[in-house]
Amino acid sequence: MSLPTCPIPLGDYPRVLLAHGGGGRLMHRLIDELFLAAFGAPATRHDGHVFTPPAGALAVTTDSFVVRPLFFPGADIGALAVYGTVNDLAMCGAAPHALAAAFVLEEGLAIETLWRVVHSAAAAARAAGVPIVTGDTKVVERGKGDGVFITTTGVGVVRPGVELAPAHIRPGDAVLLSGEVGNHGVAVMAAREGLTFTAPIESDAAPLWPLVEVLLTATGGAVHVLRDPTRGGLATTLCELAAGAELGLEIDAAAVPVAAPVGAACELLGLDPWYVANEGKLVAVLPGDHAPAALAALRGHPLGRDAAVIGTVTEAHPGRVVARNALGGTRVIEMLSGEQLPRIC
Amino acid sequence: MRYLDEFRDAATARALLERLRRDAHRPVTLMEVCGGQTHTLLRYGIVELLPPAVRLVHGPGCPVCVTGVELIDRARAIASTHGVILASFGDMLRVPGSHGDLLGARAAGADVRLVLSPLDALQLARAHPTREVVFFAVGFETTAPATALALRLAREERLANFSVLAAHVRVPPAIEAILAAPDNEVTALIAAGHVCAVMGFWEYEPLATRFGVPVVVAGFEPLDLLLGITRAVAAHDAGQAGVENLYPRAVTREGNRAAQALIGEVFVVADRPWRGLGVIPQSGLDLAPAYADLDAAARFPLGEITAVESTVCRAGEVLRGRLRPDACPAFASACTPEHPLGAPMVSSEGACAAYVRFAAGRGAGSSR
Repeated sequence: MSLPTCPIPLGDYPRVLLAHGGGGRLMHRLIDELFLAAFGAPATRHDGHVFTPPAGALAVTTDSFVVRPLFFPGADIGALAVYGTVNDLAMCGAAPHALAAAFVLEEGLAIETLWRVVHSAAAAARAAGVPIVTGDTKVVERGKGDGVFITTTGVGVVRPGVELAPAHIRPGDAVLLSGEVGNHGVAVMAAREGLTFTAPIESDAAPLWPLVEVLLTATGGAVHVLRDPTRGGLATTLCELAAGAELGLEIDAAAVPVAAPVGAACELLGLDPWYVANEGKLVAVLPGDHAPAALAALRGHPLGRDAAVIGTVTEAHPGRVVARNALGGTRVIEMLSGEQLPRIC
Repeated sequence: MRYLDEFRDAATARALLERLRRDAHRPVTLMEVCGGQTHTLLRYGIVELLPPAVRLVHGPGCPVCVTGVELIDRARAIASTHGVILASFGDMLRVPGSHGDLLGARAAGADVRLVLSPLDALQLARAHPTREVVFFAVGFETTAPATALALRLAREERLANFSVLAAHVRVPPAIEAILAAPDNEVTALIAAGHVCAVMGFWEYEPLATRFGVPVVVAGFEPLDLLLGITRAVAAHDAGQAGVENLYPRAVTREGNRAAQALIGEVFVVADRPWRGLGVIPQSGLDLAPAYADLDAAARFPLGEITAVESTVCRAGEVLRGRLRPDACPAFASACTPEHPLGAPMVSSEGACAAYVRFAAGRGAGSSR
């Protein structure tokens, strides 16, 4: 992706100043020349975006993004802020309609860095087919932020007839996963700790609505629930689903795809890839007889190439997730307490 | 993944389990020493697949779990000193001392950093010459050489702002203490592969002879442990006492001489209190006199620290293999990974955490 030159001449103000959030001339220049240059100027300059809601149910979601480092292999905070929110909409069965984005900038942040982030967010929005229609910027004193924090809010239009909720899960349902887990979290951690691997590990950040659309089409809307296993990873998502449905999940551990370099990095760091964050994967629970069509549909899409049926829903052990491994042994999958920490020896 | 997948092969594992079920008749109480091994056993559900004659008890091999409360309190107090950066390994930051853990100190304003290596702590000292950087050095003989290397480099570079709070412990004296206890039930041992990779296994030979128990050195993958259990059970059945090395891809009898020399240069053996086990003679590593000026305990004189232990926590019995984690009255009720009363509930190598994580509510092995 080639980056257009930052429109604000670096010689003027190479770094974000408190005045950039002060409401005066500098702030207006930042908005006009940087944000609007990337996101596109609205038809009317206004404090908000006015629109007539499209027909059907609407979904709304919001998410804040804090990540260090701001840039990591495969994505950055700008792309993440867009994909994270459109994916939350997609998990509601909604196509993204419009996004709002608020940026909290730390005094001293290089304008060049901000431009890269904003440009990346704009590119991600184009890739997701959603306009960023309104926004906000604030500047906090140096030391009171991590460069840039972004909050995005999204409005989406729910596909007619689709109603997704853990309460719809039934015994006998199949649990599908759209691809390999752990890539995003390991990519960020490796970038943060300065770890390099011979096979580079990239974040899987991607907009999921197109994948959801083919899945809903292939199953005639029979999907019971969708979830993107972000923070806390696949394991946490499965636990949430089991708790929400008050049913048990039986997972075939060997069926859960993990890329070899991610598996190796996790071994090295003492992490469990099932608990590592993803930004471009989904878990779908749907009636067992729809599983073959659903799997074929997922695998037919580039984002679902490695999709797999990873388990089934059972009335046994309600609220619990049990993974069976190839040895025949089982383990209970629990939600993570605190953060995953690297092991000692 | 090469060197990993081979040691997780399901068909071989099932064959080993089959052989074990056929051959294991005489009751044996087997202790796996290392917490990493405990986690593999629970993670792969191996505990529930073992025949009834084989009883597994989990050993004290979690360095975080056995670090004394007094040392954690001291680390917390040092971390809270103005201008100090305290660095340690991830797990250590969450272990409760008398007044909370190191992450709590960080939340209250202390500069506490998570590092993956003592050399990362050294790098912090180079990068922040005006700050005092203290590395809280926990771990068995596995991590002691890296701490020793950091200290030697600090000396060579004349880094005046680096020091170490030494909490390193040695495995063989703890094993001896467990086997020598009057109420000991352990009749066979699986020794910790990584400790032996550094120290060799010769230290276990006199212990095996003296207490008449078979000791097998094993790795950390499911097949490593299943083979280790199979061989330990066979030796126990045959009444053999001795050491067998089943981890030759990492371990030799003599171990890593260079690492041992480094430990010998920087540390001296000292008595050390283990959390839950009391003072074990000759079980700790303190800084040698030549490195005394890099000892954080001396650089930050805090005086006497009165450590307060939870009265409910029975971690000591768990660490000695006397109590299975899920048999503790506080297990998963008063004591959880979110609100741990004792260290074994915190660490990724702690036995209590392993039971919560992989076997909660099912009572792993309790059906037997």
